Amino acid sequence: MAKYIGKRLIYMVITLALIATFTFFLMKILPGSPVASADKLSPEQRAVVEARYGLNEPLPVQYFNYMFGLVQGDLGISINQFKGAEVTDVILSRMGPSAQIGFQGMVLGTVLGILLGMIAALRQNTWVDYTSTFVAIVGISIPSFVFASLLQYWFGLKWELFPVALWKDGFMSSVLPSIALAMFPLATAARFIRTEMIEVLGSDYITLAKAKGASGSEIAFKHAFRNALIPLVTVLGPMAVSILTGSLVVEQIFAIPGIGEQFVKSIMVNDFSIIMGTTIFFSVFLIVIILLVDILYGVIDPRIRLSGGKS
Amino acid sequence: MKNSKIFWLLSLVLVLSAFLAACGGGDDTDTGTEAPEETEGTEETGDLDSEQVLNLMETAEIPTMDISLAEDAVAFNIFNNVNEGLFRLDQENIAEPAIAEGEPEVSEDGLTYTFTLRDSNWSDGTPVTANDFVYSWQRSIDPATGSPYGAYMMAGSIVNATEIAAGDMEPTELGVTAVDEKTLEVQLERPVPYFMSLMAFPTFYPQNEAFVTEKGDAYASNSENLIFNGPFTLNDWDGTGLTWSMQKNPEYWDAETVQLETINVDVVKEPATAVNLYNSGEKDRAGLSGEFAMQYANDENLVTELEPTVFYFKLNQERNGEENALSNVNIRQAIAKGFNKQDLVDVVLANGSLPANYLVPTEFTFDENNTDFRDVNGDLVEFNAEEAAEHWATGLEELGVEEVTLEILGGDTETAKNMDAYLKEQLETNLEGLTINLKAVPFGVRLELDEAQDYDIQTAGWGPDYQDPMTFIDLFVTGSAQNKMSYSNEEYDALVESAKGELTSDPAARWEAMAQAEKILLEDDAAIAPIYQRGLMSLQQPYVNGIVTHPFGGDYSYKWAYISGKE
Repeated sequence: MAKYIGKRLIYMVITLALIATFTFFLMKILPGSPVASADKLSPEQRAVVEARYGLNEPLPVQYFNYMFGLVQGDLGISINQFKGAEVTDVILSRMGPSAQIGFQGMVLGTVLGILLGMIAALRQNTWVDYTSTFVAIVGISIPSFVFASLLQYWFGLKWELFPVALWKDGFMSSVLPSIALAMFPLATAARFIRTEMIEVLGSDYITLAKAKGASGSEIAFKHAFRNALIPLVTVLGPMAVSILTGSLVVEQIFAIPGIGEQFVKSIMVNDFSIIMGTTIFFSVFLIVIILLVDILYGVIDPRIRLSGGKS
Repeated sequence: MKNSKIFWLLSLVLVLSAFLAACGGGDDTDTGTEAPEETEGTEETGDLDSEQVLNLMETAEIPTMDISLAEDAVAFNIFNNVNEGLFRLDQENIAEPAIAEGEPEVSEDGLTYTFTLRDSNWSDGTPVTANDFVYSWQRSIDPATGSPYGAYMMAGSIVNATEIAAGDMEPTELGVTAVDEKTLEVQLERPVPYFMSLMAFPTFYPQNEAFVTEKGDAYASNSENLIFNGPFTLNDWDGTGLTWSMQKNPEYWDAETVQLETINVDVVKEPATAVNLYNSGEKDRAGLSGEFAMQYANDENLVTELEPTVFYFKLNQERNGEENALSNVNIRQAIAKGFNKQDLVDVVLANGSLPANYLVPTEFTFDENNTDFRDVNGDLVEFNAEEAAEHWATGLEELGVEEVTLEILGGDTETAKNMDAYLKEQLETNLEGLTINLKAVPFGVRLELDEAQDYDIQTAGWGPDYQDPMTFIDLFVTGSAQNKMSYSNEEYDALVESAKGELTSDPAARWEAMAQAEKILLEDDAAIAPIYQRGLMSLQQPYVNGIVTHPFGGDYSYKWAYISGKE
């Protein structure tokens, strides 16, 4: 196991280096300049500003400088969005709110989704099942901005149960955005669990368990549920990454100081160091989660052996 | 006007940023005129609420609070409220002495200004000195600072600014000197009739040398690393966040005029959220864009303010080097008079805009007697379907054709597309034999097509770079970068030239020359066809009073604002 993880860690570093390299050169072919209002600057001034951010060096030199800084954990300085601010500070200060609503939304969505899916599977083709399927379809098909706006209007403005927006009232501020974020994982989990459970419930070993006199709940939880979880874990991993690293739409609607917007805006304004910073941040997160998911497989399903069956 | 492409871009930035800054201000038409006198004359409390807190929203973060580096509407608006220059735009948008004590002494030739500073302090209690201005201006013009506005605002006006920005001279050679602690002398390269209003622009604000040097790289990185000399101080800004506040600055020289104790600002980018926060009572003012403007058009708390931004048709007389129908003056006049502007602003735009029968916006510039330039020159090209049809018939006859096909090049936003579709319908109805093709492109593409002069008619807009009609009047002189439409009139060129040169010492004659130039441009030649002056709608709680809107520099002043009737 340790050997397997060690090997995976080495692959992770290589993957990350490749992602950083690709992003770096892709970013450099973006049209436009990171020097804000470059048009107003004289060529001399522009040269000074470019030199400040090392943009005057030849591309390979810039690349090695960046990678060298990256190895030391230095993500550079924001060029135009927050002039002079450390990218690490920008990411750290904005990661908190995104991670909080993301985590809450993820947990809420997954737990409710699994319950819904299980109930639907156990009461297949009854009104419970149809309701559950309906909720799942609605959750997948309604865009999050519509759902978030509705929550804001009714629960915030009309019924005054939660703050309309802004990040000022601690946990209360995080409730509506978390619910908005929960819809997608909820719908996904419900769909996957229902399908898998129905399949598993029809398999021979469940029939055997029934024949041996196991109780309904024992069958559902001990035998069926665990097997039904495997495909869900596969999709939930990457989904968790994208939700935890912030949602542009939900954060914007609830005016939350999260990181979601930075993924888009930094590219629009050619803020090179922020583009790199957010990309690397996202990649590290994703790679780690994928590793965790792989390890989880082994825990959930002993048939999957991580180290090739030799241990 | 060698920099006119830059001017063009800046103006578009201004136009866009005006939209961005839609969330934080007020209406100057029905507020702020009586209140300060009242509060000065009577008891401090008067009809004021005991809690003087204003809750506002912005639509973007603060990119930087470094006076030399800032270039966006959010930062400029804050500077206007937490710092102060020699002059400040007052409630009527006239430049009035601020840190300067009274009007400056101006030399005979109009090239040397000597300002005496009043006794005023920075927020740490140290005095504001003439050297703070010298240091700030030198810092902004120093190419090593990389200030976007430094050279832009100073080059060609202040002695040696151009050379210093190009790296040929030392920043210390800039034409600004501290004669003594309270006397500042400024040397100009040419007379600048609007110099006082320039002094209200943030780039010309003072910076405290000792403070900036001591903070080094940390200067202006968050509200702890800033120092203020204006009506308020900036607080609770962490450098990247979505929230900050302003507190009344007890060290401000005119602190007794300031009524507000606190202004809380949050960045809210989603227009619908802004409106919801306003309706929940959490925020006192919300900008209305697009569909919200229509939805709240009859709201009793709606405030409309006029921006100094004018949109017009550019009529290209020579597309890709070949003369077209628009080279005929009757055809141009027919188009200029051939569409109903009132219906356009009432129905299609519905955002508080005004029909423009002019180029220099209304409520923007004022002469010595505070008369609006617009009142001097009046309406020039109004909608008149009959006259348009007559011009059109004459034009067609002169050209010897019966039908004309023209293209309208416009923006690809929803508003732009709606407007262009409406204008097409209007023109085709009023001018028989005219076929209009619409071409909607992104902004960058439109600039390229403009540069290549590859269009017939283009919808374009312009916002001011300084508070003087000239920022609009000289746009279309022969060969200027804005004039990518082969318009040329010697008389117009000469009037612009004299208003920039020999008439600078005679404000009345200069004003007259600019008025004359505008008439030639619009009435005689119909070189461009003005469409509308943009308005901005906001919802504002009725207990908010005295927020002043400015056409130039920072968008709003809260110095005179107060809360009355909330409790």
